[in-house]
Amino acid sequence: MAHQSNYNPSNGFTKWMDERLPIIRLGYDSFVEFPNPRNLNYWWTFGAVLAVALIWQIVTGIVLAMHYTPTVEGAYASIEHIMRDVNYGWFLRYGHANGGAMFFLAVYIHMFRGLYYGSYKAPREVLWILGMLIYFLMMATGFLGYVLPWGQMSFWAATVITNFFDAIPWVGGSIKTLLLGGPAVAEPTLNRFYSLHYLLPFIIVGVVILHIWALHIPGSANPTGIEKKGPQDTLPFHPYFTVKDLFAVAVFATFFAWFLYFQPNAMGHPDNYIEANPLQTPPHIVPEWYYLPFYAILRSITFDIFFLKAQLLGVIAMFGSIVILFFLPWLDRSKVRSMRYRPVMRFFFILFVLDCFILGWVGANSPDVTVLGIEAKNIGLFSTFYYFAFFMIIMPVVGMMETPKPLPEGIHESVLARSGKGASKHADGDA
Amino acid sequence: MKMKKAKILTALGLVGSLALGTGSALASGGEVHLKHEHWSFDGYTGSYDQAALRRGLQVYRDVCSACHSLDYVAFRNLSDEGGPSFPEKMMKAIAAEYEMPGIDDEGEPIMRPGASPDYFPSPYANTTQAEAMNGGAMPPDLSLMAKARRDGPNYIFSLLTGYEEEVPHDVEVLEDLNYNPYFPGGQIAMAQPLYGDDVEYADGTEATIEQEARDVAHFLMWAAEPRLEERKTGGRKALLFLIILSGLMFLCYRMVWSDVDH
Repeated sequence: MAHQSNYNPSNGFTKWMDERLPIIRLGYDSFVEFPNPRNLNYWWTFGAVLAVALIWQIVTGIVLAMHYTPTVEGAYASIEHIMRDVNYGWFLRYGHANGGAMFFLAVYIHMFRGLYYGSYKAPREVLWILGMLIYFLMMATGFLGYVLPWGQMSFWAATVITNFFDAIPWVGGSIKTLLLGGPAVAEPTLNRFYSLHYLLPFIIVGVVILHIWALHIPGSANPTGIEKKGPQDTLPFHPYFTVKDLFAVAVFATFFAWFLYFQPNAMGHPDNYIEANPLQTPPHIVPEWYYLPFYAILRSITFDIFFLKAQLLGVIAMFGSIVILFFLPWLDRSKVRSMRYRPVMRFFFILFVLDCFILGWVGANSPDVTVLGIEAKNIGLFSTFYYFAFFMIIMPVVGMMETPKPLPEGIHESVLARSGKGASKHADGDA
Repeated sequence: MKMKKAKILTALGLVGSLALGTGSALASGGEVHLKHEHWSFDGYTGSYDQAALRRGLQVYRDVCSACHSLDYVAFRNLSDEGGPSFPEKMMKAIAAEYEMPGIDDEGEPIMRPGASPDYFPSPYANTTQAEAMNGGAMPPDLSLMAKARRDGPNYIFSLLTGYEEEVPHDVEVLEDLNYNPYFPGGQIAMAQPLYGDDVEYADGTEATIEQEARDVAHFLMWAAEPRLEERKTGGRKALLFLIILSGLMFLCYRMVWSDVDH
């Protein structure tokens, strides 16, 4: 790890181990003594929440897999078997389905936090890219998992999403056939989706390990966006941040438990309690809430541009909206990280967050619904434009033009100023 | 800065609730408002009303089961805790009133009386027969009906009592369909199933159409969510535990951080 290791093996065993596999040293350096900026706020606790969420999804998922049958004949019935006959099966299944939604909620907060405080900027570009990779894998995993209960929404979501690939010229048809294992969504599709849904979370674990490794090289960014300069700016990870993260995890778990126990179907679609029927299309095919903005972007392009068909443009826009996130570190030209000191960018950021919610609303509604006389599809098109403009125009231009507010001299000075104590007081606590 | 923080939090919370709100608003599709009944299983302390479940079972057996299956409910479930909770003897007696396909000691196919592990039999031999007997559309299985529609129990209650409503002047009811404002599109193939006095309740309750509709909706909610009581009991304990845990963690956090500036 990046900082000096201060681990001292204290007994015979740890000394013996340290010379062979210094794993205790790694744990100590990473999660005990690791110096974290002392001014991290609660937005920084979502990393811990996400780690717990990933473990939760894997544990509940493994047990669910023991009772699930990945066949067209048996999938839906096996879910009901889990809900009715398996001991605490309802807990596992509602926990896993709502847990997925919670996972996305936490990851969105985590991402918006990174965006606001400029956590993606040098030297954390690779950290950010790994995070985007995790997010992309999460989206794939979530989609694959949604198909497994084999309800109406499962089946038709699989049909709609895999149809996107048809839009890709030349190879699209073959890719679709490969994904589906045939010409349409059927048993081979369910089998491969199940296999991949079990595989991808472990790949996510791998990328998460890289993500944490990349985090521990420069260390966490912080609300001021100023790099830590010395021990006066930091506190050891344990106990300061372990206890804070545990508090946040407990609060988040309370929120999650409320959904799990008292509103377990609020975020689901009732149609998924109807077994898949290839002969009957549901009136509204809607993805889970955490995909809605991207669904809106996909549907927002309804016109051809030269030889490019609208369908293909929609698919390009949807994938583009995620791909563009990978380039954030180079799109942002500002020398200041945190939007706390960037009033103009901050204004556009708040608009961007609103834009994401508007896109979510558009994704949930039929394109011809009107609000204040404006059709949802036009709102969608405009919001899609802002989504891309935020990254491709506003971010570089504002970055170059904006005059940021004066930055504090250092993290510790900023902390003292905020807690109302004079900057004259000396560093304490973490000697 | 504190103010700003609070503002951002409020904004996020607000848009968050909007986002969740749109999901449900969308799914209800802008159709007529459902009638709103009071259900004993609603809320944090909700549980099923055993008497209502037993009456609802009677309505299902005497009326609905002529056309609708109940595939995921087994006779043994009728004795489950948090359900109709029939004594085992009564449950077995109910099961024995049904004829199930089986084999005798020589392996010859026979019909035998139903037993506790059997599931409620379908009124049809197969899907094709179901469709042929019902003008081409199979009557849906009712096991999950209360969860397969938004606000299921109120939907079932509204639908079953909705035939009584007068047909508006501008609506032309198609042949073989019936007017029912609570059904998407307003016209339903199912003929009015309940009129009142369709069953004679074993507990002496007067069998008005509302009573029957309410009871069968209650029963179907149980059929769809048989572990509801276990879930809510567990939920109260879990929430209490997590709230206390959060409080204690907060105190730990304050204690640990009390000697440093942050």
